[in-house]
Amino acid sequence: MSAATLTPAPQASTERPLAHRSFVRDTRIVLLRELRPVARDPFSLLFGLIQPLVFLGLFGPLLVGSAGATLGADVWLWFVPAVLAMTTLFGSSVTGSNLQLDISSGVHERMLVTPLSRPAQLVGRALKEMVPVLAQSAVVLLVMLPFGLRPNPLGAVLTLLQLAVLGIGVGALSYSLALAVRKQEWMFWVVQQTVLFPVMLLSGMLLPLETGPAWMRAISTVNPLRYVVDSGRAAFAGDLASSAVAWGWVAAVVTAAVGLTVGVRAMIRSAD
Amino acid sequence: MIRTRALTKDFVVSRTRTVHAVRGISLDVEPGELVAVLGPNGAGKTTTLRMLTTLIEPTSGTAEVAGYDVTDRPGRVRAAIGYVGQGGAGGAAQHVRDELVTQGEIYGLDRRRARVRAAELLEALDLTEQADRKVESLSGGQKRRLDVAVGLVHRPPLLFLDEPSTGLDPHNRANLWDHILRMRTAAPEPMTIVLTTHYLDEADTFAERVIVVDHGQVIADDTADALKAELAGDLVTLRVPAEHAAALATIAERAPGTRSVRVADGGVRAQAAGRAPGVEQTVEIRTADGPGAAPGLLRAADAAGVDVRRVDVARPTLDDVFLGLTGRSLRETGVDGAAPDPDEPTNAPTSATTKKEVPA
Repeated sequence: MSAATLTPAPQASTERPLAHRSFVRDTRIVLLRELRPVARDPFSLLFGLIQPLVFLGLFGPLLVGSAGATLGADVWLWFVPAVLAMTTLFGSSVTGSNLQLDISSGVHERMLVTPLSRPAQLVGRALKEMVPVLAQSAVVLLVMLPFGLRPNPLGAVLTLLQLAVLGIGVGALSYSLALAVRKQEWMFWVVQQTVLFPVMLLSGMLLPLETGPAWMRAISTVNPLRYVVDSGRAAFAGDLASSAVAWGWVAAVVTAAVGLTVGVRAMIRSAD
Repeated sequence: MIRTRALTKDFVVSRTRTVHAVRGISLDVEPGELVAVLGPNGAGKTTTLRMLTTLIEPTSGTAEVAGYDVTDRPGRVRAAIGYVGQGGAGGAAQHVRDELVTQGEIYGLDRRRARVRAAELLEALDLTEQADRKVESLSGGQKRRLDVAVGLVHRPPLLFLDEPSTGLDPHNRANLWDHILRMRTAAPEPMTIVLTTHYLDEADTFAERVIVVDHGQVIADDTADALKAELAGDLVTLRVPAEHAAALATIAERAPGTRSVRVADGGVRAQAAGRAPGVEQTVEIRTADGPGAAPGLLRAADAAGVDVRRVDVARPTLDDVFLGLTGRSLRETGVDGAAPDPDEPTNAPTSATTKKEVPA
């Protein structure tokens, strides 16, 4: 045991090599575990579609009536990308409640006592958000085709991918919130609801911000969702090379990066 | 297997209040031991376990688990231990088998070997029928067996059980223990098991060594039998007519092995048929060896004309031990944690407080 002379490890004789740990493998384990219930019961994703479909069915016609003149003929190209962003926002912002369940049940503690990488426990969960976002967005697109929605195909695909990245970020932030308020669980919903609606309205999702007051437009410049919504509208219209699309990607990636950073830090400190 | 020195944990609740949950615990647990940590809620059992399982860091002191320091080498400790917490290990929407396979993969098994190991554990813990059902559909006893299975996937040499049978009925508790003890001896080297409990009989029946914890300190540490013999002793209860009680007490005090004699307050009206009615009293004698002392006591009473009407010899319980150690009953102090010690109000958080509500 020549190594023992270099490092005075306690009980060098029992020092067996640890099973090789890789962050990617750990993330995959967490991701697949999170996906399993979704794969077994894909119809559970339909519940997340109720709200966006209500907006499409009950708000869309109002929009056609009141803003059809200013928005031009294709109101759907304007409104459907916004509904997709809304689906992402609503679905991914509540995902932290799944972690809350795992915290109160003991599952989270079980994971923390294993050698599973703590950052992987957050990243794997956040990556899973891509699946419901993509599946739900695809359903919304298919539902709207018979109503005359004709987006640029490549633009639609790129928008879905952008939303998937945004979903990772929003999901990670939702998990961060769940971890931050784990000692007062009810706070999760207070904060989530308080943040949700301002973020939605200040993204120009429902009505154009251009007609709003200057202060609203000023605040909306720091709302990443606004850029993603604008990007989706440009991409659906076929304007793929526009700066709006580029800014949409910047906003989605920054949201994901911030969410994962905050989330990983919260996860590492989540044991006590 | 476990070695702690002056291990402490303080929770800072607010600027003016710090809970000293664990106050200097030094322990040695050898490989193969089955140790119960017994104490009322809020005694520091769970906090100690959470330090030993790397969930929280000690405020001061050291702890080595499976040869590694919990603060410096938490990864090593985690790889070596199994942990069955107070909560459930299985996610509600997950299938039973999947949770075991996932746990195997977490500990480095490839998918195929993880499936083999999962099947072994399902069989061993009587869960094969439930393997492809959701965890939320299991009964309480089945869920707890799954928790144990999850903790055993990687064949840990050391298993921590935090209140393993709380909430189970006696039948399911006995069944769970059957499984745990079988898994323990099935291992190539007997598994070391550390459990916390506030069930006296659980510690009494299954543990080879009992560590009594109160107010964050170890107040006794021995086999259950030795604790009972040393700290409590057997209880011989004799019922006599009230006018004979004093005479019997005097006889009992002189008898060899007697530790204490107590004449119970208040009389009991004699009910037995065929006896002269009268008030009876109970004399309680704590003695080292109750079954051995009773015949002598009876002969001496007879000789002195004391009319002994009932005899009862009780072996002490761990509750008697706790009472002897602290002057409080474990049952009263315990279960709901609603009776903090009035002398040290800041030292008796409920275990729920220790676990969840105290920001660290």
